[in-house]
Amino acid sequence: MAAEIVLEARDLTKRFGGVAAVNGMSLSVSKGEILGLIGPNGAGKTTMFDLLAGSVRVSAGSIRLMGRDITTEPAYRRLAGGMARTFQIPRPFPDLSLLENMLIARQSQTGERLWANFTAPRRIAAEERAAREKALGLLDLVALRRLADDPARVLSGGQRKLLELARVMMADPQVILLDEPAAGVNPALLEVLISRIQEINASGVTFVLIEHNIDMVSRLCNRIVVMAQGALLFQGRPDEVAKEPRVIEAYLGGASA
Amino acid sequence: MIDLLGYGAFFLSTALIFGLVTLGLNLQWGLTGLFNVGIAGFVAIGAYSSAILTTPDTADRIGGFGWPILAGWGAAALITAAAAAFTGYATLRLKSDYLAITTFGVAVVVQLVALNAQGLTGGPFGVAFIPRPFAGVQDQSVLFNFANVAVIAAVTLAVYLALERLSRSPWGRVLRALREDERAAIALGKSAQSYRIQAFAVGGAVMGLAGAVQAHFIGFIAPENYLPTLTFQVWAMLMVGGSGSNRGALLGAIVVWAIWVGSGSFTAAIVPADLQARAASLQIVAIGVMLCLILLWRPQGFFGSGRRTK
Repeated sequence: MAAEIVLEARDLTKRFGGVAAVNGMSLSVSKGEILGLIGPNGAGKTTMFDLLAGSVRVSAGSIRLMGRDITTEPAYRRLAGGMARTFQIPRPFPDLSLLENMLIARQSQTGERLWANFTAPRRIAAEERAAREKALGLLDLVALRRLADDPARVLSGGQRKLLELARVMMADPQVILLDEPAAGVNPALLEVLISRIQEINASGVTFVLIEHNIDMVSRLCNRIVVMAQGALLFQGRPDEVAKEPRVIEAYLGGASA
Repeated sequence: MIDLLGYGAFFLSTALIFGLVTLGLNLQWGLTGLFNVGIAGFVAIGAYSSAILTTPDTADRIGGFGWPILAGWGAAALITAAAAAFTGYATLRLKSDYLAITTFGVAVVVQLVALNAQGLTGGPFGVAFIPRPFAGVQDQSVLFNFANVAVIAAVTLAVYLALERLSRSPWGRVLRALREDERAAIALGKSAQSYRIQAFAVGGAVMGLAGAVQAHFIGFIAPENYLPTLTFQVWAMLMVGGSGSNRGALLGAIVVWAIWVGSGSFTAAIVPADLQARAASLQIVAIGVMLCLILLWRPQGFFGSGRRTK
């Protein structure tokens, strides 16, 4: 592929005690693609995300984000580095308003430094105004603007997924890792979600998504990576994946990759 | 009448000093969700720091620095901030009840050091002759009490305004996000460790300042001022006033202190002299009962944000 590689994992391994949840998995994601990551339950998909996002420490292997080695970089630095992730079970801040949830995600805010609140109040106010503007725009995009001042706990499961997507957009990420965005989302909201992902992707943002909803995966992704037992089982176009006997066998049980 | 006013000023001074401590706790617990049960220890560090730095030379105890009172207060806040930051750093991996047990241990250690490190703290005899603001009018008790309450109120107001600004700032927003979901906050680019240490340090600075102000107000400190009862009182104040609200922290301090003092004089009045010492426990009972009533009637306290407890 000629396209620029934005995210690359090489021989990633994660051992929990004696069990290798991810075992020598490699992955490379090109700029602008929507890559699907699928596999049976327990294949190591979410652990793979945790490794990429830095919330779980790598046992072996390496990760590069836009050419930069981030294998040991702490999780909180990765969003500023251009990579965002959402969670399988969405994690809004329940007692913060939707707007505050959005504003949290903005990177390098002057007002997040303790002393700056006394030394540079004007600059902070200006940054806040700009961030608020952007946040309201993004909330509009996911049809949540009218709830901007409500606490996030009032949202339904599907709305929480939308909020998470909008929230990471506040950081202008280059790559977004979506963990099961369709799970528990009603069909109408799912359409909103799919079209927003497509729009964001069209603006140049790369996606990696874990998903069990095959219909959604085949609609969104041009390439699918299949994991089984912590390792790469197969990769290809959606139609190739659907026909591949090894994939079918892995899903139906007795996977012996 | 004048005596009553003077007493009112004295009462308010003490209540506002408690209010300061409660403001510090509100930053740590109300905003950030850090379960600090070592409050008495941080108040003690502030009190002893300022006392040691400002008192005249004393035999068998380090000192004789003779700093001005304000410098002592500033140093107390800084030293306590450093001690609290260190506590925060050492307990980074601990949450909720584990953090509580550890901070409780810190307070016990501080109290034991105060009791035993005679060369530093004066041991069980404490530190006396701590310079009092307006010592020149000490004989005119009403004027003295009014001048003191004015200074204490000014310090409290300044701290309140600063903390209000911080809790409404993007900095405070990060603390609230950490309280609600640390993992999500990390995924959104916030260093949980750094903010936790900052919350410990800022809250500790306020507690240490309160300890210093109190030490100079009374003029004498001893290790038994800093027993776990103090921690319990401050927690009761925050619960009553409303966790998460700075106004609530101040109001809670005044209400709980009024009940504490009131129940003290009430039992002193009705209990026979030979049972007085035991009757003092009734104060803790009174606070405990009131805390139960508040938690039943208005769990979020007077000014609480109404967020659900986890």
